[in-house]
Amino acid sequence: MIAFKLAYRNLKGAGLRTWLNVIVLSFSFVVIIWQQGLLEGWNRQARRDKIDWEIGGGQYWHPRYDPYDPFTVEESHGPVPENFKAKIEQRVLTPILIAQATIYPEGRIQSVLLKGINPDQTILKIPTETLRIQMDEIPAVIGSRMARSTNFKVGDFFTVRWRDVNGTFDAAEAKIVGIMKTNVPTIDNGQIWIPMDRLCEMMQVKNEATVLVAAPESRDNPIRVDGWSFQNQNFLLKDITEMIRVKSISGSMMYILLLFLAMLAIFDTQVLSIFRRRKEIGTLIALGMTRGRVVRLFTVEGAMHGILAAALAAVYGIPLLTLQAVKGFAMPEISDSMGLAIAERIFPAYSAVLVLGTTLLVLAAVTVVSYIPARKIAKLKPTDAIKGKMS
Amino acid sequence: MYDCYQPLSSNGRGAAFYEGVMKNSYLIQTKDLIKRYPIGQTELTALNRVNLTFRKGEFAGLVGPSGSGKTTLLNIVGSLDVPTEGSTEVLGEKIETLSHKRAAELRNRHIGFIFQTFNLLPVYTVFENVEFPLLLLRAAPKERFRAVTNALEWVGLADRAKSRPSQLSGGQCQRVAIARAIVKQPEIVLADEPTANLDADNSHHILQTMERLNEELQTTFIFATHDEKVIQYLHRKISLEDGKVVKDEIKKRKTLEGGPP
Repeated sequence: MIAFKLAYRNLKGAGLRTWLNVIVLSFSFVVIIWQQGLLEGWNRQARRDKIDWEIGGGQYWHPRYDPYDPFTVEESHGPVPENFKAKIEQRVLTPILIAQATIYPEGRIQSVLLKGINPDQTILKIPTETLRIQMDEIPAVIGSRMARSTNFKVGDFFTVRWRDVNGTFDAAEAKIVGIMKTNVPTIDNGQIWIPMDRLCEMMQVKNEATVLVAAPESRDNPIRVDGWSFQNQNFLLKDITEMIRVKSISGSMMYILLLFLAMLAIFDTQVLSIFRRRKEIGTLIALGMTRGRVVRLFTVEGAMHGILAAALAAVYGIPLLTLQAVKGFAMPEISDSMGLAIAERIFPAYSAVLVLGTTLLVLAAVTVVSYIPARKIAKLKPTDAIKGKMS
Repeated sequence: MYDCYQPLSSNGRGAAFYEGVMKNSYLIQTKDLIKRYPIGQTELTALNRVNLTFRKGEFAGLVGPSGSGKTTLLNIVGSLDVPTEGSTEVLGEKIETLSHKRAAELRNRHIGFIFQTFNLLPVYTVFENVEFPLLLLRAAPKERFRAVTNALEWVGLADRAKSRPSQLSGGQCQRVAIARAIVKQPEIVLADEPTANLDADNSHHILQTMERLNEELQTTFIFATHDEKVIQYLHRKISLEDGKVVKDEIKKRKTLEGGPP
C-alpha cells in the first residue's frame, strides 16, 4: 500500500515528465486498439460481404462442379432436384446456372462466365431486379471491376457467343442494364449476370442449375439430395479465412511493434530514472527502505504510468473509437483498384476481449519493463548511491 | 511530544531491552573496527582498529581531514556499510551480521541521517519529506500529521510545509533534513558534514537547533566534520587520522545523561 502511495506521490511530483509518458503510452493504447479493431472490422466486413453477395447460408453444388477447374463448367449443371423446388418457391434457395462464353468488347475477345440467376431472388445482394426488364437483347448486370476492364457502361451493347448443351455455338446481343459496386471480386471479375430463363433458353436446358444458394437462415438445416453436395459457410469461407489468418500475422507484427514502442518508452524512462535518481534511491535506503521495497516502488511507479495511460486513453479513446466504429473509416479509392476486397468504408470492430486483452497486456508489459531496471537498483551500494555514484 | 517511536521488537527484544541499553550502557560500540576498500590491485585501509563507544545523549564529532575515515565510520554505524574486520554494535545489534532487511529496519526506527547535500526528495513537499520515515514506519495519519508539524516547528519551518525543496534556501533545506531525521524520535542522528554547503549564519542556526534537540530530547548526535564552526559546538571531539583515533576529547556538559564515557 505504501508503495502505491509513494509511487503516486512520485508521479504527481514529477509533473510534466509523468504526463509526457502517460500521453505517449495512452496513444499506444488507442493506436493498438484502433489498428486491431480496424483489422477485425475489415475481417468481419469481408466475411459478411462474401455471405451477402455470394455464398448466402451455404451452397448446393452439382456433383461435377469444381470452381477451381474451368474445364468442368460445361458439364457441371443438371436438373434442379424435386426436393429443392418447394424451397425455391419459398425463396430460401436460389439456383444459379453457370456457362462459359466469349464477349467482344471494343473489338477484343474476352472469356467470361455467364451466370443465370432468378431476377426475383432476394437471398443475394446482387441487384437482380434490374434484370426483370423485357427486351430483345440479353439484359446483363456486371460488377464495377468488370466494367472497368471492359470499358462497359450502363446502356452499352456487346456481342456474346456461347455453346449450348448440344455443342452448337450461337451468338446474341446483350445490353448492360446495371453495374454493381461490390467488395467481392469473385462475383465481379470476368462474370456477367443475366436472367436464369434467358440462360436456360440459350443453353437449351430447362430448370437446370450449377449451384443453388441457400438463404442464411436455412444454413443449419441442409437438405440431403443424392449427388448434390451441400457446402457450408465455413467451407466456402475458407479462402477468406486463410486470407484473414495471413493478414492477422502481419497485424500481430504491427501489434507487437506498437507494444514494443510503448514498452521502450517506459523502459527508457525507468532506466533514465535510475541514473537520474540514484541519489534519491540512496536516500530512500538510508531512510530505512529495504532494497525490495525500492524495487517495488519503482515497479509500481512504472505500472501506475500504465494505469494512468489506460485511464487517459479511455477519456479520449472511447469517444474517438466509438465515432470511428459508427462513421467508419474511409478507404482510399486506390485500395479497390489494387484488387483488395475492401469496402469504401471500414467499420472498426472492438470486442471486449480486444480492449481488455490489450489493456492487460500493455499493463503487464509496462510492469515488467519497469521491474527490470528497478531490479538494478537493488545492486547499488547505498553509500555510493547517497553520493549519486553508480557502483 | 513524539509518540510514534516503536522500538525494534521483531527479534524478540522488547522496549525494556533498549531502555536498558540506553540508560545503563552504550548505544554504539566499535571493537577493533577495520574497513578496507579495494583500489585496483591494492587496498585502502579507511579505518584501522577503531575502538569507540557512544552513550545516550552525546553530542559528538568525528573530526579529521578528508580521507581520515569519518564518513566510513558514520556509514558503518548507520548500517549502510559493513566492517571488513572487527565489530560494531548499535543498539545491541551487530552491524556485520545484520541482514539487509534488518539493517533497513534499524535505520528506519532508530537512526536519523543528515547529509552534506541535504538529500531531500525533490518531488515531495517539505511536509512529505519529513513525513517519509513515518510512512515507512506505518504510523497512523493523525500521528504523522502531529509529529511532522511538531518537527517542522522545532526547526522553524512550519510555514513552509507546502514548499518544495527547490523553493528553499540551503539553510532551510538542511533544517528540513534535520526535521526528517528527528521526526521519528530516533536514538541516534548521524550528520555527515551538515554545514559544508551552508554559510556561517545558517551553520550556527542549524547547530543551535541540533544542540537544542540534543538537550531536550536526549538524542545522540554524531557528526563527521572538519568545519571549525561545528567543532566548537561539540561536547566530544574524536580526532581521526588515516583511519585511526588519535584523540578523544570531552567537554564537561551538565545535561549529558549518564555522564561522559
